[in-house]
Amino acid sequence: MILVFAERSDDELYRQALTFARSLGDEITAVGIDDPAGYSPDAWATALTEVARERVPAVVIGPGTERGNEVLAHVAAMLDLPMAANCTSATRGAPLTLTRVRWGGSLLEEARLHGTPAMLTVAPHAVAAAEESGDVELIPAAADARARVSERVETVTAGVSLADADVVVSGGRGVGSAEGFAVIEELAALLGAAVGCSRAVTSAGWRPHTDQVGQTGTKISPSLYIACGISGATQHMAGCKGAKKLMAINPDNEASIFASADYAVIGDLHEVVPAISAEIRKTRGAG
Amino acid sequence: MNILVCVKRVPLTGGKIVLTDDERAISTRHLGFTVSPHEECGAEEAVRLIEQHGGSSTVLTLGPPEAEEQLRDMMALGIDKAVHLITDGAEWDPQATAGAIVEAIRAAPEPYDLVLFGNESADAGNYQVAIRVAHKLGLPVVTGIKRITVSDGQLRLEQEVAGGRDIYEVPSPAVVTVKEGLNLPRYPSVPGRLRAKRKPVEGTSPARPQPQLEMIRLVLPPDSGKQAEVLGKGADAAPAVVNILSELGLL
Repeated sequence: MILVFAERSDDELYRQALTFARSLGDEITAVGIDDPAGYSPDAWATALTEVARERVPAVVIGPGTERGNEVLAHVAAMLDLPMAANCTSATRGAPLTLTRVRWGGSLLEEARLHGTPAMLTVAPHAVAAAEESGDVELIPAAADARARVSERVETVTAGVSLADADVVVSGGRGVGSAEGFAVIEELAALLGAAVGCSRAVTSAGWRPHTDQVGQTGTKISPSLYIACGISGATQHMAGCKGAKKLMAINPDNEASIFASADYAVIGDLHEVVPAISAEIRKTRGAG
Repeated sequence: MNILVCVKRVPLTGGKIVLTDDERAISTRHLGFTVSPHEECGAEEAVRLIEQHGGSSTVLTLGPPEAEEQLRDMMALGIDKAVHLITDGAEWDPQATAGAIVEAIRAAPEPYDLVLFGNESADAGNYQVAIRVAHKLGLPVVTGIKRITVSDGQLRLEQEVAGGRDIYEVPSPAVVTVKEGLNLPRYPSVPGRLRAKRKPVEGTSPARPQPQLEMIRLVLPPDSGKQAEVLGKGADAAPAVVNILSELGLL
């Protein structure tokens, strides 16, 4: 039997975990936690650990969400078993072999996972989501919690949120200064786009960390990503590989970002970006 | 208060990853090293909390002899002293890493009130060492934190979630993993760097247990196979760009 942790803060990622579990060919039991007191990683994990001890699954699978990785790590710690986070594929056997994501997806690792049950989470968007969520058995969380969410503070974001934007215009080190972002903001406003940036920019203090696209920033999946003065370090590409189309503007035609780009403009963003904004205005004025 | 922050030496990968011939590591012949970004914020936070509340901060790493460079970097930010669990360079799996850190914490002359980790390392991204350490020590653990407030032995911890922030309150001692954005780490000053050279590093060489999550080899993901369409050079490319925007239905 394969035990799937039905962590459904992101239902699509849960249904991807279900597809992954089905590919391993066994009976599936999906278990979710019914906890009126709110989220507690350890109380949820204690309940799941109990199920794993009673029903002896061969594999325990969770979605590669923040909570999926967190709760499964707690279960693995309680059972003192190894766990593989963010797997893209697995083959059952003794031991189970798998491929997992490193460096936010810039590198893959093939590994053996010893111990039973084999504990793993599924990397986001490695497999297609199952069409149906299937049956989920709800169990109560453990009574004792060492840590629990005590309060949810809602934040109101003005304008388009980076994570959900359909178009994102980002600036990198090539922007040169905080003030230099005026040209990026102008183009973004014309396109109804969110403004992003690279890690070099947030480290320099030119933009807040909430604007950062990257492995340690926000992961985006817009229809179009316009990267201005960004070289294309793996740290950055891990955050924007979900973009459907990538347009790169960079003076260095050897910049590694061009290897992932659909459209390339060779040039200084401070010349190119204002020219694009002017051209958009001209086109709209004529229309 | 006494704070421990755990960091990991990782290569600065740049644009293109190249593997060693045995495919078990990234070729670092032309690369520098750093600590994972989340952890650098952890070190900065430890320094700020000590400045605010008094006490002492310690940085710990498990890594090769060369990782002393990263310990000195963190002490240049203001961390007081370091613990180096010296390895031969072979990778340790998360269970083994957690076990060695737990032993180091138990061996510390004074107990820690707060143990900080990055939410996940930049390279292996296992998402579990801190949680394992907390379970072995019987401590509460909260992950992915972007704001820490300490008062009267209580920690108020804020985690960013879709649409808002989740608040956790736990008593100290506790284990907390942090994310970049928690603060903006300072740039180490020259006097800070000089002081860091004289700060104490306590080294031990623990034995590496057999890995239970056992790496076979590393694989580069398939090339995107994309061939970018060059729209032009400089400002002259603007009309071609606008054509594309129009084709994509974005105007």
